[in-house]
Amino acid sequence: MTISRRTFLAGSGAAVLVLGLSPSGAVASAKTDAALNPFVKITSEGKVIAVVKHFEMGQGPTTGLSTLIAEELGVGMDQIDYEFAPSNPEVYNNLLFGPFQGTGGSTAIANSFNQYRQAGAAAREMLIQAAADAWGVDAGGLKIVEGQVTGAGQTASIAEFVVAAAELEAPSEPRLTTPSEWRLIGNPDIRRLDSKTKTNGQAMFGMDLHLPEQMVTVIARSPQKGGKVASFDDSGSAQVKGFIRAATLPNLAGVAVYAEDTWAAFQAREALQVEWDMSDAETRSSDEIKAEIMAALDFAPTYNATGNEQSEVAAAIDGAQSVVEETFYFPLLAHAPMEPLNCTIEPDADGGVTLHDGAQMPTGPHMALAQILELPMDKVRVKTMLAGGSFGRRATPDADYQVEAALAFAITDRTRPVKLVWSREDDLRSGYYRPAFGHKVRVGVTDGKIVGWEHQVAGQSIMKGTPFEAFAVRDGIDHSSIEGTNDTPYQIPQLFVGLTDTKKATSTLWWRSVGHTHTAYVMEVMMDMAAKAAGADPVEFRLGYLTGSEDADRKAAVLQLAAEKANWGNAPAGRYHGVAVHKSFGSYVAEVAEISGNPEDGIVIENITCAVDCGIPINPDVIKAQMEGGIGYGIGHVMRDQITLAGGAVEQFNFPDYEPLRISDIRGIDVHIVMSEAAPTGVGEPSTPPSAPALANAIAAASGVMVASLPMSEEGVLFA
Amino acid sequence: MAISLKLNGRETTVSAEPGTPLLWVIRDELKLTGTKFGCGVASCGACTVHVDGVPSRSCQTYIEDVEGAEVTTIEAMEDIKVGAAVQQAWVELDVVQCGYCQSGQIMSAVGLLAENPKPSVDDVHDYMNGNACRCATYQRIRAAIERASEILEA
Repeated sequence: MTISRRTFLAGSGAAVLVLGLSPSGAVASAKTDAALNPFVKITSEGKVIAVVKHFEMGQGPTTGLSTLIAEELGVGMDQIDYEFAPSNPEVYNNLLFGPFQGTGGSTAIANSFNQYRQAGAAAREMLIQAAADAWGVDAGGLKIVEGQVTGAGQTASIAEFVVAAAELEAPSEPRLTTPSEWRLIGNPDIRRLDSKTKTNGQAMFGMDLHLPEQMVTVIARSPQKGGKVASFDDSGSAQVKGFIRAATLPNLAGVAVYAEDTWAAFQAREALQVEWDMSDAETRSSDEIKAEIMAALDFAPTYNATGNEQSEVAAAIDGAQSVVEETFYFPLLAHAPMEPLNCTIEPDADGGVTLHDGAQMPTGPHMALAQILELPMDKVRVKTMLAGGSFGRRATPDADYQVEAALAFAITDRTRPVKLVWSREDDLRSGYYRPAFGHKVRVGVTDGKIVGWEHQVAGQSIMKGTPFEAFAVRDGIDHSSIEGTNDTPYQIPQLFVGLTDTKKATSTLWWRSVGHTHTAYVMEVMMDMAAKAAGADPVEFRLGYLTGSEDADRKAAVLQLAAEKANWGNAPAGRYHGVAVHKSFGSYVAEVAEISGNPEDGIVIENITCAVDCGIPINPDVIKAQMEGGIGYGIGHVMRDQITLAGGAVEQFNFPDYEPLRISDIRGIDVHIVMSEAAPTGVGEPSTPPSAPALANAIAAASGVMVASLPMSEEGVLFA
Repeated sequence: MAISLKLNGRETTVSAEPGTPLLWVIRDELKLTGTKFGCGVASCGACTVHVDGVPSRSCQTYIEDVEGAEVTTIEAMEDIKVGAAVQQAWVELDVVQCGYCQSGQIMSAVGLLAENPKPSVDDVHDYMNGNACRCATYQRIRAAIERASEILEA
């Protein structure tokens, strides 16, 4: 990753605008809040505010980015707080996304590491210079310790110098602290900044916003994707106290029901009668979708994602001493973040609007609202609020729910705020899903070694047809369909990966760890099957393919660490181990699942031992939490969850038939972090991919049953 | 209709149609938004409050059924010994991720520890299984309940 000094400096230029707080410069003697650059503000009390360009869905960037600034600035974590950045892709873009502000792909720390450190370091140098000017001493002798400028026999709070510092030119190359100086980066005792307000009810999520005069809007949507409103009858709704009105959305995708409060809106929608035009609606069932995917695996794939010819690889496998072969199926999955989707559009006094939203990609809804409401970009503001989870759901390329809210707002007289609320049923039924995928793999093994690996993938592309196609699709191949296969760090001789796109059946979307949700499962289950064919230990077998590059070495190291910590090979009586290791989002994660029981009477997941190398660990405890959560997310879904369609309509309605992971499902998790000096990489997603195959391999070790079609519950695997 | 109840220790009168879930009265009328809407069918526990000291799913509790009852929400937990201990343990262990379910988790954990100050792991699993956390913070919830139990014992 290149350090984007240009971006930082561009941002610093914008700081002058932020400093319109004191346009005359005449308030230099007064203490006031000021911004030293777009990422650092300091209040008149000396409290540092990190301006966080990533949204918080629990993955910890508010703490992480604040840590980077506090480290460089020389303040403690008790002296820093955060606020979310406004929507401004020129200043707050994700440096890995181009001119686009957004969170995703586990990049929040990776793209911000240098930028936020530079911002903190620049602020430090400006404050020190201002103090040196005030004291008439040389800046070289001053430093900031715990929020105090000290040196030359003097000590004073940084608050004293904020206004003067804000008038100074930002240094172009501030000195960054070195790892040996770090107090906060890598410190396992640093706590989350949002813990307290998230345990006493004060944390404000989008759902919690109550603006004066707001209307709550819920949408009656077609049960089959693509259905259009033909007509509706709201005479029943009119009987509901608090009902305001119902109106067809301009795109005919639904009927907006407006009410004075949430319950009235739900009740009025319940009483609404809608006639749908289903002529363009989805009519297929998930069985048909599955059949198309599985059939595609019987033909030569459309795309070759490796340099090798399929026929040559097939021939190498045909000549092997033993061949292991398996066909896998992965169903549609919903994200189901804990907070049902919602956002509020507030009319502003200047004719513009403010979108209040747990906005994962502010640039998308910013542009969409400007277009739909026919407003210039600078009359649309995005106020990012805490998000109650996402797992990818809040980042749709078409800004789906914000567009709904904009359409619902557009057809009012635009004098009252409109708060769009989804129910859990809306979330599961009207949503976007992890696409269904099939894999068919053959691996040839001779003399204990892999001699060929033929791997076909079929499923729905996520990226094609979206604005992300340009960078995510190369030579027709949507990399997110196969990531983790053709780019595996395993040094596999004669690897062939082929891909066939199947028809879009419903809206598809990245789901925590995207393509790795299925590719890691297949790679790691096949590795175990190949190891068995080779008569080798699964860990030793894998290590044989992890040599010859730094990439492979790092993957090998987490595998060895997890195996050591789990006491691999020495499972207690009645318990069985399964292992998996996978690289995703630049990070390496190995997991050993320890289980007891059997598929007929019930499997108990006793423990998951996890080892992670995510480069320099910024907040080790947040990293551990993300590993724990990602493991639960991966395992929870393969145990028993799937979205199915009947006649184009989603069959699941709410949590009772899309059962979340529960506290008793995984009895323990322990996480070990590899100390690394490499650039920091992702932590939000990388523990999800190896979790399910580690479980599958443990079940196979316990019972001989290798589950190749998910969810496991559908294959007769019971969990105690 | 007007309903009187004792909310977080205060006599409170609310106006709501019969059949309105307590959840929406708390959130939309009283603006106490610490109590969350997660599923509406008593399947996730995000809306858990205490009714006369017992953890209850407010999304499936009708307002007319709490006439005269004592209703306690997350906002009042710091005033209760067990509540304060649970909150302290939650912060010490940084249980939260997105945080959306945690009010409900804490309300259930307080209910558990009030009944059973030294719960076994199985007790914790049985009591807490109705509270879903999509971030899967369960590992820490389990540990924080144990920690809160220690705090209360000290």
